Amino acid sequence: MSLDYDTLVVLVACVAAMACALPGVFLVVRGMGLMGDAISHAVLPGIAVGFLISGTRDSVWMFAGAAIAGILVAMLTQVLHRIANVDRGAAMGTAFTVFFALGLVLMVQLADTVNIDPHTVLYGALELTPLDTVAIFGMHLPRAMGPICVVLACSIVTIAVLWKELRIACFDPALAQTLGMRPELMHQIVMVLTAATCVACFEAVGSVMTVTFIVAPAATALLLSRSLSVVVGIALVLGVITAIAGHWAALHVPELFLGEGFDTSSSGAMAFVSGVVFVMALLCAPRRGVIARRLALRRLVFDVAIEDALGLIYRLEESNVEQTANQIPQLLARDVRVGPRRVQRVLSTLTRRGLAVVEHGVWSLTHEGHAAAAGLVRAHRLWETYLAATVDVPASHLHTAAERLEHVTTEALAKKLADATGDAAIDPHGRAIPPESE
Amino acid sequence: MPRGGEHDDAAPLSIHDLTVAWHRKPVLWDVDLDIPQGKLACIVGPNGAGKSTLLKACLDLVPAVSGEVRVFGQPYRKQHARVGYVPQRESVDWSFPVSALDVVAMGTYRRLGWCKPVGRSQREQAMEALERVGLEAFAHRQISQLSGGQQQRVFLARALVQDADLYLMDEPFASVDAATEQAIVDVLRALRDQGRTVVVVHHDLQTVTEYFDWTVLLNMRVVAAGPVGDAFTAEHLRATYGGRLTLLEQAASALGQLASGTTRSSNG
Repeated sequence: MSLDYDTLVVLVACVAAMACALPGVFLVVRGMGLMGDAISHAVLPGIAVGFLISGTRDSVWMFAGAAIAGILVAMLTQVLHRIANVDRGAAMGTAFTVFFALGLVLMVQLADTVNIDPHTVLYGALELTPLDTVAIFGMHLPRAMGPICVVLACSIVTIAVLWKELRIACFDPALAQTLGMRPELMHQIVMVLTAATCVACFEAVGSVMTVTFIVAPAATALLLSRSLSVVVGIALVLGVITAIAGHWAALHVPELFLGEGFDTSSSGAMAFVSGVVFVMALLCAPRRGVIARRLALRRLVFDVAIEDALGLIYRLEESNVEQTANQIPQLLARDVRVGPRRVQRVLSTLTRRGLAVVEHGVWSLTHEGHAAAAGLVRAHRLWETYLAATVDVPASHLHTAAERLEHVTTEALAKKLADATGDAAIDPHGRAIPPESE
Repeated sequence: MPRGGEHDDAAPLSIHDLTVAWHRKPVLWDVDLDIPQGKLACIVGPNGAGKSTLLKACLDLVPAVSGEVRVFGQPYRKQHARVGYVPQRESVDWSFPVSALDVVAMGTYRRLGWCKPVGRSQREQAMEALERVGLEAFAHRQISQLSGGQQQRVFLARALVQDADLYLMDEPFASVDAATEQAIVDVLRALRDQGRTVVVVHHDLQTVTEYFDWTVLLNMRVVAAGPVGDAFTAEHLRATYGGRLTLLEQAASALGQLASGTTRSSNG
């Protein structure tokens, strides 16, 4: 059985994305996403030295060299930060650029003797991977998938076995230390996994893409869940989605603008898609997303407007002044929190919820509406009484303060207010405080 | 390092001649004290007096220039299991994706051992501890959804789960509401009544006599230590909070340089 070219490209990208997402979550959750960037660049001299010693492209040497370089750069960052007292970001930037420069110099020097190309290391050769296949169980799979799958398996096993140790090392290293959980060792394990992942993914997707796969799915997943295990799951799924969507986009999107026969680099498109996915999550995440927060705020403002309308009708009814036709909509339009634009929607919501009825332009509260309004007015006047008695607020300022507080007063709070004011029946303006509803 | 005979070997915490320096600037200078068994002790002193550093040095979290710390007569590294640590609330990232129950269950990790997953029995212990601090209803909340006082109580519950004989707590009362403060005090007293020793870094001088029965007045060095009635005096407080110890600081700084110089040459 053989899979077609595009399936193989996507398959390689998928395993690479999943392999990167695993250590990525543990870096990003510590606010060290950039460490993925640092390591993926810093392993370059390790790979070069691996070539230099072995003289072959044997991946065992590459891995060893890269892993050592990865740990060295992590340690150098730590040393610069702790001992030389350099800011952590600056330490990381210094350490990895030095390593990267060293790696590039070595690579260029080696280019004559060993078949290695710095350009490939940076940008990868995803499109070429299906050309070099090996047969496994009768399937022709890209050779580049081999090391990535090994690293992915290592990450899965390590994270499954050391789950709680890794988590506590990220969350509270000081406590982990006192519990004997070796947070520094855990940190180094994540570094080694990151370094190994970088090397394994270089050939297929290049170091720039590796950084994207390390940081973007993890950062996006963190927006979407509040549980670390779910974050890991989402990051894996997002990696796969990014790989598939990226390849599809590379094949089809340029056609839209440039016409038949045009396509673009798959890794580039995947990086772009991962950015799009992140922005989408930022906008659409439940609860914490920009849109969800906006909507919640609007709902809150609308609820307050409803409550203002209820209070207004209640007070008019209470004052026994004859209501003229359309007086309520006119008064509501002047209320800062309802305003002319919202009047109709607020009033129709009142009728729809069975809180008020209208007849010839005159509004009156239903039984439910009356109870709800009494609760609000009660909260308002209790606050005025309480503030007048306990805080030295001038009488003219009482109303504005109570106006804001009444909308956030729960029943329990109203009870406490009543206790604190000695179950007052009259507010400072001489109006009756509605009794507690049953 | 020879040990002076004045130290009680059975004491939960005995500190002998401890000196800690950051970048050659001394933070703790020649600290020498014993905390007796079953006391609720507080460490008070001005900002930068080295209170947190003292706890961290006891736990080998910061390196000491000289001196030695004994926990129940042994070095700390042999007594990990008997010591529970409550770090400052600000020391962790509260947006981290874990629930309150997850955090409290961390207190069981030592007994659970390496590589074993948290199981039902650990979760039950964690739940019991959450009940003791009155947070059972918040067990499955992500920790960023808790108020500051609730977060502090989560830390306390985690310490309870550790079931230690000596507790070192870094400012458990920092910016908590009155109800939380009372809840924490009740738990600390219950611990002391079980014969455990609790050492708390504390800021509020008003409550020292009410909450604690042992006190250490610290300002880089120990100004006074002992039962609250003896040590917590106006004179000692003046010595702790008044005037900076500029002369000692200068001398210690010079000595610190000397010390690090000798270490380097002996290493090289």
